[in-house]
Amino acid sequence: MKNVLLTSALIAVLAGCASTDTQKPADVTEAKPVAPSVEPTPQEKPPTVAVPPKSTVTGDPLDPYNPASMLNKQRSVYFDYDSTAVKDEYKPLVTAHARYLTSNRAQKIVIEGNTDERGSREYNIALGQRRADSVKQMMTLLGVQEGQIETISFGEEKPRAKGHDESAFSENRRSDIRYAGDKP
Amino acid sequence: MHNKKPLYIRLFLLLWLASISIAHAQLKIEITGFGSSQLPIAIAPLKGEEALPQKVTEVVAADLARSGVFKIIDSGGVNPLPAEPADVQYPVWKTRGANALVIGSVTPTASGNWDVRFRLMDVLKESQLTGFAYQVSTAQLRGTAHKIADAIYEKLTGDVGVFSTRITYITKNGTRFELQVADADGYGAQTVLASNEPIISPAWAPDGTRLAYVSFERKKPIVYVQSLVNGQRTVAANFKGSNSAPAWSPDGRRLAVVLTKDGNSQIYLMNADGSNVTRLTNSSTIDTEPNFSPDGQYVIFTSDRGGSPQIYRVAVGGGAPERLTFDGSYNVSPRYAPDGKSFVFIQRTGGGRFSVVTQTFASKQPQSLTENGVDESPTFAPNGRMILYATEVKGRGILAAVSSDGRVRQRLSMEAGDVREPAWGPLNRSQ
Repeated sequence: MKNVLLTSALIAVLAGCASTDTQKPADVTEAKPVAPSVEPTPQEKPPTVAVPPKSTVTGDPLDPYNPASMLNKQRSVYFDYDSTAVKDEYKPLVTAHARYLTSNRAQKIVIEGNTDERGSREYNIALGQRRADSVKQMMTLLGVQEGQIETISFGEEKPRAKGHDESAFSENRRSDIRYAGDKP
Repeated sequence: MHNKKPLYIRLFLLLWLASISIAHAQLKIEITGFGSSQLPIAIAPLKGEEALPQKVTEVVAADLARSGVFKIIDSGGVNPLPAEPADVQYPVWKTRGANALVIGSVTPTASGNWDVRFRLMDVLKESQLTGFAYQVSTAQLRGTAHKIADAIYEKLTGDVGVFSTRITYITKNGTRFELQVADADGYGAQTVLASNEPIISPAWAPDGTRLAYVSFERKKPIVYVQSLVNGQRTVAANFKGSNSAPAWSPDGRRLAVVLTKDGNSQIYLMNADGSNVTRLTNSSTIDTEPNFSPDGQYVIFTSDRGGSPQIYRVAVGGGAPERLTFDGSYNVSPRYAPDGKSFVFIQRTGGGRFSVVTQTFASKQPQSLTENGVDESPTFAPNGRMILYATEVKGRGILAAVSSDGRVRQRLSMEAGDVREPAWGPLNRSQ
């Protein structure tokens, strides 16, 4: 929902990558049509609202340290209540980061698992860990090396949304991807 | 449902609460339930006590009232105050309904200290039950009062008193987290660690001189052990992944911790300095929240190996864990009772509510003690009579306590901010 545009753009970029040289993902300088080539998922808003003109001509630098890149902007994978499964809508995001990491073996990430505030703090640490691990597992299946990823958990201790309603809970059921070179 | 209090008790509590909030803007205790049968006890002011900055008998009466097992009988208007057994006019106290009476005196010593004497009298038998004398400094008056309350409690109930013990908990004010240690009545709170990152899961070493806890100050959960004697701390567990849920072995030499260094959250045993790490559980699921049995032979823990989080028990030497809870789909945070015969845990009930529940190993029957709905982190008093836990009132985190029979209830709240993650310390060995 919140990531309609970027997810759409991502899918487009990935489609582009898949047909070009995957070893040089950061070299995608040719313009890529973003939304028009991709059907939005049915429940989402129409693509005409979502596409900013600029992105249709610049493409994505696919650099986690470049604020213009989806690898910089899309770092969060959201989960259902009591679930640690990566939902389909976040698989393109995880795949994109995995591609970057397989192409940049020196790069390391920390995946930080989070939960909503309900239940035991320590059990939530373990639940958040499992959420981080499920993102890691998908990445390693895509070829990222174990040594590139550390998974940790904040449990319910560092909520991004401070509220106590379902919208806050769903925002906090999340794994974040942090690159080792990110500014603190 | 337990609010039928005589007026004088209510007045007494009112005065007592007022004095607490003036004296200290820290944890404030409110009693919200009493035991079914209460021992009527009168506590006469100690002769000479009016010279003290802190009246000893006020603290004694507050301790005994807070336990829920005493009914404090009015001791006002008795003149002269009885300081020795020969001074006691028993018919007066019998008429007031007191079965027991505390008398005594306070006199300054030549060295600038105080000589505090008390006697516990049996009003019906007109005889002394116990009595002690202490030479203490002004700073030790509260502690002395707690010791007197412990002596009275032990004599009249047969149980060990816990008024001289301490508690630890985490406070959160904005983005500031503090690990604090306070007396069991909430007084004398001291911050032993302050951080802008979360702190959770403090656990007392059995001798009360160290705390283990989890701090996120280095952007991931790491287990530390900190001395309360000199403030020094060491990293006990900082492996790749998450390090959490420390628990002490009863001899204080070992820790059980939860690590993810080999993958999923599993329970490991290690020396308290972090050496000699061995894996205790072997599942492909979550195993967490370990807690040692008082005899050190078992660890109870939370695991979702059966599809939902439930309580299990495993021998410290390893082997197949035994499932202990079957009622409900979310049972977490187990802690042994000090006698090892039962354990307390948190159960999620209908409507997503969380209650404090106890269960004996013999009966396997869960008994729910609270209905607040948002209860967490239960911890037994070292005499097993009370359970301290975290809950919420009007969106604020507070601590609450309930007796193990569910009748006596207290709340401990702060003026501002949240209080959570309580752990009740061990008995004071110097007693």
